[in-house]
Amino acid sequence: MIPEIGHFALALALALSLAQALVGLVGAQRAEARLMGAAAPLAAGVLVTVLAAFACLVWAYVANDTTVLNVVQNSHSAKPLLYKISGAWGNHEGSMLLWVLILALCGGAVAAFGSNLPSALQARVLGVLALVALGFLGFILATSNPFERIWPPPMDGQGLNPILQDPGLAFHPPLLYLGYVGFAVTYAFAVAALIEGRVDAAWGRWVRPWALAAWSFLTLGIALGSWWAYYELGWGGYWFWDPVENASLMPWLAGCALLHSAIVVEKREALKTWTVFLALLAFGMSLLGTFLVRSGVLNSVHAFANDPARGTVILVLLAIYIGGGFLLFAWRAQAMLPTGVFTPISREGALVLNNLLLCSIAAVVLAGTLYPMFADLVLGEKFSVGPPFFNTAIFPLAVPLIGAMTLGPVMPWKRARLFPALQRLWWAALAGLAALVLCFAIEDNRVGPALGFGAAVWVILAAVADIADRIALFSRPRAAWARAKGLPRAAWGGAIAHAGMGVMILGLAGMGLATDTLRLVKPGESVALAGLDYRLIGVADAPGPNFSARRATVEVRDGGRLVTTLEPERRSFPVARMTTTEAAIHTTWLSDLYVVLGEERDGGAVLRIHHNPLAPWIWLGAAIMALGGGISLSDRRVRVSAPAAKAVKAGARA
Amino acid sequence: MSEAAPNPEAAAWRRRALLLAPLAAAGLGGAGFYAMLRGLGTGDYDPRGVPSALIGKAPPDFSLPPLEGTGLPGLSAADLRTGKPMLVNFFASWCVPCVIEHPQLMRLAREGVAIMGIAYKDKPVDSLGFLKQRGTPYARLGVDQPGRVAIDWGLYGVPETYLLDKGGIIRWRMAGPVTEEILAQQVTPLLRRYA
Repeated sequence: MIPEIGHFALALALALSLAQALVGLVGAQRAEARLMGAAAPLAAGVLVTVLAAFACLVWAYVANDTTVLNVVQNSHSAKPLLYKISGAWGNHEGSMLLWVLILALCGGAVAAFGSNLPSALQARVLGVLALVALGFLGFILATSNPFERIWPPPMDGQGLNPILQDPGLAFHPPLLYLGYVGFAVTYAFAVAALIEGRVDAAWGRWVRPWALAAWSFLTLGIALGSWWAYYELGWGGYWFWDPVENASLMPWLAGCALLHSAIVVEKREALKTWTVFLALLAFGMSLLGTFLVRSGVLNSVHAFANDPARGTVILVLLAIYIGGGFLLFAWRAQAMLPTGVFTPISREGALVLNNLLLCSIAAVVLAGTLYPMFADLVLGEKFSVGPPFFNTAIFPLAVPLIGAMTLGPVMPWKRARLFPALQRLWWAALAGLAALVLCFAIEDNRVGPALGFGAAVWVILAAVADIADRIALFSRPRAAWARAKGLPRAAWGGAIAHAGMGVMILGLAGMGLATDTLRLVKPGESVALAGLDYRLIGVADAPGPNFSARRATVEVRDGGRLVTTLEPERRSFPVARMTTTEAAIHTTWLSDLYVVLGEERDGGAVLRIHHNPLAPWIWLGAAIMALGGGISLSDRRVRVSAPAAKAVKAGARA
Repeated sequence: MSEAAPNPEAAAWRRRALLLAPLAAAGLGGAGFYAMLRGLGTGDYDPRGVPSALIGKAPPDFSLPPLEGTGLPGLSAADLRTGKPMLVNFFASWCVPCVIEHPQLMRLAREGVAIMGIAYKDKPVDSLGFLKQRGTPYARLGVDQPGRVAIDWGLYGVPETYLLDKGGIIRWRMAGPVTEEILAQQVTPLLRRYA
């Protein structure tokens, strides 16, 4: 019965979305206040119905209702409760439902917190969001119904893919979708602006928090996924340039460009067309990712169900949303003329440079991801584009990007001169150069890591210098504390996010120095790596809730001193007939000691040992970036936008 | 006015072209994706990368015991050269896509197509239960409980189906369930071509 309620709730949500889209768009076009006013309650209705449907699906999983096909295919009674719940979105149908739920949450948020928006703009944004929800609800109901029944019910389900049974992965999809779907709101704002033919500072002020929130969630989601790959897949790496990883990186890059260019719209009323384009692009990239992952056109460890029929429907949705958005852009963006002017050397100039570089990197990632697919299609040849391409193509773009992100914040708006900006950063530059030379000397003239360390120190200290400069720490130290308290949170957030990027670069540079070894060892024997001794004590059986495991005990000694005891496992899951490796990781924060247990033979076991310098700082840096985004979001300016709303109303009357 | 000289009209056109560029790029990409999806259906486009190394070759040598209780003979490499095209189908009772493709196999069997079954990593009693409940489309059935033979065939997963021509040469492979569309668009034409 409950699955039918969920199915019905989805159908109801579809009907309500249709009403919301009509009421919002038609109401705003005819300037009928009563129609426009109905959009917000309808958005609340969509939220309630989608939430009900989602709750029904989670219930089916928790109760292990084996009459529901989706539960049978992805769950099992012997699974821990957390993974029964997360299993609800660990598959195509359930994750689509989660996607729509988050979209409904965004719609609800625009309805609830958007009361200070001009009513026509709010109605149009809600209308466009409802159009997006309409398409995806239709997609779920037509091709991916999570509530489909199976009769007669099997005794039990088939279990969730064991490598997905992990706390990191339980939260990876929701965070990622919060990011992807958050860009639906900036998309809706862009489409509304194109319909109205007007972009102004107030528009930039409303778009920026959404871009910032979506970007922060996406940062966390990608970092969590990368961390999961690092400790769960047991390959010792953190990023593989897999098409599906790239699919999440492209909206992140576009969103990163968007949240920076929205600052320029807000402060200087320039870059309007460009910002609207980025808002369309960020959501377009999110949708493209959805298509790539779910249509079966690419081969990846992450790919969902391989169903071309589903792919066709998603492609139609893409054509409507991306094609429609760009069509509107080509038709209406003519009308938007910049009012602010600025010179290339200014904060706007640095932001433009940052935008161009971020978009170039996104283009590189897009090309590298799609090229093998199109080469296969057009030339009939199998290519594989791997890390060497991405690393060499992105490196020359990353260097000027780092320059722009450090110089930009210390330059004034409109017109700046390079020399005073450099003057504020001279000690950061000096420290960065020192780190570069030092690393180059210690690490046998290796250029890549040395440049990385130099860049990391330079970025972190430039962020510190920026804040120090703003609170006049050196020129008037007594007043610094008072000035620090008065500094807008957006300034703090920006500096913290930039410093987080520096911390991440530190981790990436450290991983450039990673070493590993693969050895067959018998109990009692030891392997030396990076100055540490890894001694295999023994391998024993270790039972788990829904798996059985072999667990090795490895003692790590530095000289005679015991550093830690590591216990890597190989788990075999009888229901799914799969084996997973559980890497054992000990972090000293300076480096990760990472041991993977391979197969056992000849009375010994194969151990793969990685020494990963500074690895944890990659994810810590990402978390700091997201934190910076959050702090920036808590800025007073975001919460209080009433004066700007008045300004727009005044502008509309004029 | 010469074309090189900047004039407002040319600038406006340039701007218009620039604004149209994203739409054009998206359109091109979309057309490509559409072609890929079409190709997935017809088998012209296969992202799984490595096509079966066995295509155009004879299957590896093997001999599998029969499944007790079915009355069907076991399966060995020699049984795959009968002078007629046939299908070799790897399945298991624990695989849901196998349930999905089962009606298509039953239909083919009724139409007189020879289908050789290999029960992959499955307890004999479970395989037997599966076939008793849903019917047996197989002319011969081998039991590959350890999955050794599957490794030689380069099995991707179950279900997986191979099409052999009348000389016993592998012509086509499908990793995943044989759905009604695949049956109509691929299997039936191929069976006709290699008959």
